[in-house]
Amino acid sequence: MELLVALSVGLLTSAGIYLILRLRSFAVILGMAMLSYAVNVFLFATGRLAVGAPPVLSYAKDVSYTDPLPQALVLTAIVISFGMTAVLVMIALGAYFEAGSDHVATDPEDLDDATP
Amino acid sequence: MHASAGFLPIIALLPFLGALAPGLVIRAGRNACASFTAIPTALALIMLGFCAPAVFSGEVLTYSVEWLPALGLSVSFFLDGLGLLFAGMILFVGLLITLYARHYLSGEDPMGRFYTYLLLFQGAMVGIVLSDNILLLLIFWELTSLSSFLLIGYWNHLPEGRQGARMALTVTGAGGLAMIGGMLILGDIAGSYKLTDILAAGEAIKASEHYLPALILILIGAFTKSAQFPFHFWLPHAMAAPTPVSAYLHSATMVKAGVFLMARMWPALAGTDAWFYIVGSVGLITMILGALIALFKDDLKALLAFSTVSHLGLLTMLLGFGTEAAAIAAVFHIINHLTFKAALFMTAGIVDHETHTRDIKRLGGLRYLMPITFLIAVVAGLSMAGIPLFNGFLSKELMLEEAAHTSWLGSPYVVPVLATLGALLSVAYSFRFIVHTFLGPVRDDYPHKPHDPNPGMWAAPGFLALLVVLIGIFPQATVGPLVELAATAVVGHELHHWHDLKLWHGVTPALIMSIIAVIGGLLLLTRHGPLDRLWLAARRPEAKRIFDAGLGGAVATSGRLIRGSHDGSLSRYLTIFCATVLVLGLTAAATGGLAPATRPMLPVSPVAVVGFVLLVVGTVGMLFAHRHRFRALIIISVVGLMVSAGFVYLSAPDLALTQISVETVTVMLLLLALHFLPKDTSVESSRITRLFHGGIAVAIGLAVSALTFAFLRRDFSTISDFHLANAKSGGGGTNVVNVILVDFRGYDTFGEIIVLGIAGLTIFALMESLLGGRAARRLRNWIFAHRRSEDRHPLMMVVATRMLLPMAVMVGVYIFLRGHNLPGGGFVAGLVIAIALLMQYMASGFAWAQARQKVEYHALIGFGVVIAGLTGVGAWFFGKPFLTSWFGYVHMPPIEEFELATAALFDLGVFLTVLGAVMLMLYSLSRIARYAGETVNVEAMDYDPSKSADDKESR
Repeated sequence: MELLVALSVGLLTSAGIYLILRLRSFAVILGMAMLSYAVNVFLFATGRLAVGAPPVLSYAKDVSYTDPLPQALVLTAIVISFGMTAVLVMIALGAYFEAGSDHVATDPEDLDDATP
Repeated sequence: MHASAGFLPIIALLPFLGALAPGLVIRAGRNACASFTAIPTALALIMLGFCAPAVFSGEVLTYSVEWLPALGLSVSFFLDGLGLLFAGMILFVGLLITLYARHYLSGEDPMGRFYTYLLLFQGAMVGIVLSDNILLLLIFWELTSLSSFLLIGYWNHLPEGRQGARMALTVTGAGGLAMIGGMLILGDIAGSYKLTDILAAGEAIKASEHYLPALILILIGAFTKSAQFPFHFWLPHAMAAPTPVSAYLHSATMVKAGVFLMARMWPALAGTDAWFYIVGSVGLITMILGALIALFKDDLKALLAFSTVSHLGLLTMLLGFGTEAAAIAAVFHIINHLTFKAALFMTAGIVDHETHTRDIKRLGGLRYLMPITFLIAVVAGLSMAGIPLFNGFLSKELMLEEAAHTSWLGSPYVVPVLATLGALLSVAYSFRFIVHTFLGPVRDDYPHKPHDPNPGMWAAPGFLALLVVLIGIFPQATVGPLVELAATAVVGHELHHWHDLKLWHGVTPALIMSIIAVIGGLLLLTRHGPLDRLWLAARRPEAKRIFDAGLGGAVATSGRLIRGSHDGSLSRYLTIFCATVLVLGLTAAATGGLAPATRPMLPVSPVAVVGFVLLVVGTVGMLFAHRHRFRALIIISVVGLMVSAGFVYLSAPDLALTQISVETVTVMLLLLALHFLPKDTSVESSRITRLFHGGIAVAIGLAVSALTFAFLRRDFSTISDFHLANAKSGGGGTNVVNVILVDFRGYDTFGEIIVLGIAGLTIFALMESLLGGRAARRLRNWIFAHRRSEDRHPLMMVVATRMLLPMAVMVGVYIFLRGHNLPGGGFVAGLVIAIALLMQYMASGFAWAQARQKVEYHALIGFGVVIAGLTGVGAWFFGKPFLTSWFGYVHMPPIEEFELATAALFDLGVFLTVLGAVMLMLYSLSRIARYAGETVNVEAMDYDPSKSADDKESR
């Protein structure tokens, strides 16, 4: 199970990084969303993995609980990353309206090798 | 603590407080403005007077308040002999300068600004000399650099003023940075940042292996401030400042800060060979170089500036000698230089003011036209030349006496001969100042008809000239005790060889050297004409040109560096950033160790494998499909769903709930954005670029995987046991995650909802500014490339969402209420209600939904933050810290016993903020859509059957 989670985090990170290195704002936004997933799962995983042990107290004795602290931190992180994505979208739209292009580069060199 | 020690922080702060007044009071007139500058200065001086008796009786007054104890920074002041001398000089001359500047500045100059800057500077200077904490001292040190920048650039319409200010700031600021490093090393060696502790730890500091770097760094700070070679070049350029500034900063106070620092650090740093050779030699070189250049300057103020450089060199050299007698001579000369040089600067200012020129070659014969000014200039000038009966003579004698006994690299002649040469040059330029300006025939080509100024202007220099004579004739009666006191503070122990200051010492080597200097200097002046032509013809290195070239080179280099890395391409920045992170991470991994794996792996269930495969398919599919943007959106929601499912499986129900609702609003948001953005991404980067980016991405992904796997296999310590144990008893809830959010870490959550609220408002503001600008015109003429639906609000969807609304709200309320004990809470509830409302917007159209919406979203955000904040504040009324929660159980038949907790109120704040922020974000985006000519429906359903198939084709 640990291996699967580790691979998932790595995969999401790779996809996110590849996408934020693209030249159009929409891909960058998608990449940031993927990176947010990766970072949230990574932070969540610092509490280590546990199955069937949610941090909701029960009256039964001898129940094990997973670490609640990373969960609390990640919960707010998820909401904040939504806020960040929304701001990014707004900036991307603004740039598109102002410039008429959704490129995230102003360098003519980068535009030169564009082959539509 | 002595009773008067309480005055110390007030003395240091008064000028800063006073700095607020002149800018306002200038409306009441220039005299009121000057008075309000003089009042805080005079008050501080009086308080210093109250402290003086204790200091003279041998006490050291201290005052300390902790500021940032973790950093070793405290607001500590102390007053000993040296501090008393300097603080007295700064405040006293400050008063004289205030008077002088009142008459010097013309009506067009903004006088309020001048006095404000002057008081700021004065406060910073007083702070330096009173600080008992070297970190505090550094803060004041930087403040003097900044305030002197403002003062030098006061006439900011003059290019010389701006350039001079910039140069002074660059040089002294860079020196200040070096000094910060040196001070930190020093504090590290001594184990304390308290100056008194450091001074007491002198032996340990000199024995430390870090002594030399600390010494060099601190000396760079002192040398730049005191314009020592090779940093001397900024001082003459700073003369573009108004003359009161030159007289105050560049003769009496700021440039003495470096000398003060060397004197202050004397017990900790002086006495070693390194100290002697660095400080002594630099001082000697500066003294001679400054004097030589001064002799050939035609600008009165430039002449005085270089003579100041020369005298600062003299002081530095004396401190460098490291002997007790040299310290006495240095302290005495500090006082003497202050009196005659400030008087001379003010005299030069008067000449400039009355004749409208400072060029010596256009002056001469002024003694008949300006007799009072002439008298002051002669007294101060003779003192500078070191002529008996004036105070400059006395300290120069002491200096020559010390020089006569100092051998340099084994040679007993180098220092005495060079010191005599310095004195000789000093005699020459002093007499040149007097002779070429005031003597000679009266000319008829002055730019302005000169006459003595009004008494307000010559009162200050006149008073200083009086002091010159008094100290010169009665040295022991006037300043003897003060010199003894300050010199004791410099060396750090009782003086062993104190002799009362007196005029006549008998025929000593120093007297002979003095006589040689005076005769030689006068002879040199008679040959000034030919020598001047020779000097002008010679090629000399021009410091300003070198400085400008160095600065230009630095700007060009950093420009190339920035253009190479930050060329406006986000892709390039991020590539550099990612590669750097990768390299740093790999370096850390390669150099660090790894404990053995202790944690057993969890078994893999078939469900988990299915989820993992779906995640992989989604992510990889995303990479291939991201050019088709709608498809990419659908695929990313699959990835998000799998992440939520993973949270469910791994015992994080709260996270799963949050993730899935955030997923929903995120997709809606991106859909709204895609309404405008191009629907496809073309292939733009070359195959090699893509491979390169892919390589970086894969490498980082592998590294992150390895890291994650590594820590997942290892045990850890956590503070969560406390949370688990106290959630019910202390926070009153069984859902520990929620209790952490609203109680244990409530302060964090409070901050986070504020961030979210700000994000919502930012988006709203961005939208408003977009619609007010160029983008608005573009939007007005927007043509959508794709075919639009004629049936934007389908019947089935409208009906279904209407039915769903009460249920969705019910679910939201339920999730909110159960949050404290079961998965749920304000964050999730806010998102769920937001989704319920958004469904109405989507199904029934904007206008219909907006007409039924009564509360402003901004207000929701505001209410949320205020409610959460007030809940926290409420705890104060019960004597508890901010955000301490309270809960109790209420039994209300026929309902079961239920719980009331203030945490629920806090959660309500969270709920409202999240709801408001999410709605405001989507509202802003949809408003852009309506701006772009999207027609707004009045009725919920607006199917338009009149549109024929042909119309559809044409669109």
